[in-house]
Amino acid sequence: MNQPASAYFLEERHDPNETHTLSVLVQNEPGVLARVIGLFSGRGYNIDSLTVSETESQKHLSRITIVTTGTPMVIQQIKHQLDRMIPVYRVVDMTLTGNSIERELAMVKVRGAGDHRVEALRLADAFRARVIDATTESFVFEITGNSSKINQFIDLMRPLGLVEVSRTGVAAITRGPEGM
Amino acid sequence: MTDKSHDPNQMTGAAMVVRALIDHGVEHIFGYPGGAVLPIYDEIFQQSEVEHILVRHEQGAGHAAEGYARSTGKPGVALVTSGPGATNMVTPLTDALMDSIPLVCISGQVPTHLIGNDAFQECDTVGITRPCTKHNWLVRDVNDLAKVLHEAFYVAMSGRPGPVLVDVPKDVQFATGTYHPPRKSDVHVSYTPRLKGDASLIRKTVAMLASAKRPVIYTGGGIVNSGPEASKLLRELVEVTGFPITSTLMGLGAYPASGPNWLGMLGMHGTYEANMTMHDCDVMLCIGARFDDRITGRVDAFSPGSKKIHIDIDPSSINKNIRVDVPIIGDAANVLGDLLQVFKAEAKKPDIKAWWQQIAQWRARNSLSYRKNNDIILPQHAIQRLFDLTRGKDTYITTEVGQHQMWAAQFYGFEEPHRWMTSGGLGTMGYGLPAAIGVQVAHRDSLVIDIAGDASVQMTIQEMSTAVQHELPIKIFILNNQYMGMVRQWQQLLHGNRLSHSYTEAMPDFVKLADAYGCVGLRATKPGDLDGAIREMISVRRPVLFDCRVAALENCFPMIPSGKAHNEMLLPEEATDEITATAFAGGKALV
Repeated sequence: MNQPASAYFLEERHDPNETHTLSVLVQNEPGVLARVIGLFSGRGYNIDSLTVSETESQKHLSRITIVTTGTPMVIQQIKHQLDRMIPVYRVVDMTLTGNSIERELAMVKVRGAGDHRVEALRLADAFRARVIDATTESFVFEITGNSSKINQFIDLMRPLGLVEVSRTGVAAITRGPEGM
Repeated sequence: MTDKSHDPNQMTGAAMVVRALIDHGVEHIFGYPGGAVLPIYDEIFQQSEVEHILVRHEQGAGHAAEGYARSTGKPGVALVTSGPGATNMVTPLTDALMDSIPLVCISGQVPTHLIGNDAFQECDTVGITRPCTKHNWLVRDVNDLAKVLHEAFYVAMSGRPGPVLVDVPKDVQFATGTYHPPRKSDVHVSYTPRLKGDASLIRKTVAMLASAKRPVIYTGGGIVNSGPEASKLLRELVEVTGFPITSTLMGLGAYPASGPNWLGMLGMHGTYEANMTMHDCDVMLCIGARFDDRITGRVDAFSPGSKKIHIDIDPSSINKNIRVDVPIIGDAANVLGDLLQVFKAEAKKPDIKAWWQQIAQWRARNSLSYRKNNDIILPQHAIQRLFDLTRGKDTYITTEVGQHQMWAAQFYGFEEPHRWMTSGGLGTMGYGLPAAIGVQVAHRDSLVIDIAGDASVQMTIQEMSTAVQHELPIKIFILNNQYMGMVRQWQQLLHGNRLSHSYTEAMPDFVKLADAYGCVGLRATKPGDLDGAIREMISVRRPVLFDCRVAALENCFPMIPSGKAHNEMLLPEEATDEITATAFAGGKALV
């Protein structure tokens, strides 16, 4: 073993990473989001995207959607670590269910004139993005879809005068009649 | 408006805190007063059901509560003020989280209208303690207080036990509201720890155990936490199967050290036979342990040929470090009960004679041997003498962290659970002395000994004053080698013997220090003095600081070096002489 002198065993694992979308149903109480985020930062897990909002105000339930990347063992750890938190009701791995729908909303500001302006509008139409604000030299487009579609749209807007982007992060739900 | 003045459940928040303690059967709490908890201290003053132990530093309160909890199976309770009182609790809370100790900490907070204003002795207590508690609460309304306090006790004690903290602002302590006794609906409906193991997996486990040729049982603190029944069932399982058994540091005592199937502790400083048995086994039954990095050594070479069964109450402990074949989520006693029932009905004791013969060969290596010395007290010898002279007595052992801790685990034989209090996961130097105080509070007439190191003990030595005030006759048995021994050992083995800041130049005279605190100081410098001094320590019914001067440069073996597997242990005869010779060349004289 050619590791430096250490009281710890310094070994990297080389399992391939996977990206998973997790839906987490939690009691909406003070600090609950901090607990979830603190778990990820404290244990060195990745957060690619995080969306949270109250979904059932009567029962004070919030739904957190987290997109995370890790080895299969780490993904399993993340789910167990989330599940054992006191205010967490359920953790569902939407990626494993195999039939989930994921959507994200983005607002994309583009500034330009002449041909660039026309091209931006034409592409927005092709992507079913709506114009929600316009001036003589700019547009704000609203686009909904999965993350890769939005990435693609943003890439196309870049040479046409992209100013800024605001994204909601991923929300996910399963197909069919059953709830989580 | 109804007249609430005669309703006995109408009371102040401060009164609710004390009332809840009584309703949960709390007899002792450990704490330190301050501005933001004065209303609660005022209530404590006016009652006699809960006895308060005044410590000298909040960290001491936390570790004392841990020792109390570990030795009784009941929750340990600490009461501290806001700001520094709360931040001083961070170490014990983290310690309790790592070792699954049920701790309820109640902290005062500045009044709600001042929260966020950087008020005097304000800190974000729930924010700071969120990652080091199982759960925590800030109570903003006195009418939520009873529910939160009851839930806090439930969360601390149920499932995998752990520390909780309830932060109570001063205005909430003063405000009057409605108290209610504990009831089921006080708990989050989202919190449902699973106790019963999956029946089909238990059946599968029995089949694997029954056909095992080279089995081993590997247990941890989960057995102790589950309660006395789990230890009883574990002993029965070992008896019924005839399997060898080893344990982590935290699980010592669940199976008696004098038992015929006992291999000794496993892991970095475990015995050769325990680690070799783990490495070569074909079926491993892990109960209430978590494949910690001090246990596994190099993970890709950990017990490569075995099928692994893991019983744990915490699903996140399973498949965290080591992939297992049969994961069973449940309480140790519950699952062991079911497992035994199925085993007795459907299986026979497998023939593993050849395996025991192999184990006997490993045992014959005598991995805990050390060179005898007539001039200098060797630390291993000191613990062996302590063990022999306390054998048969009603004894509890706590430790600090370092070489002395490992030697205590290796050379002190534990026969029963709840008798061994040590900081395993966090490795907190300074744990043992206050933990001994907590143990002694719970067991007034027992012999409570902190096996300490000279460096660790100085981290919380102020608590000797607590022991004297509350007449707690704890014995602090210091293996004094003037070094941070484990740090020095690592520097010697791994950093070219450059002993950077691991030597204590200005050691206090522990005997004079004992005198200053008003307790008893004893010293042994020669092997011949040892027995007499230990006997005196045992017979004195007062707190004792025992300065046991031991060989300065003794190393703790056997040892799994960094990046090595269980079958690559360094045994004492292979390691000491040449390497320690270079240390002598560095000019550090033996004591």
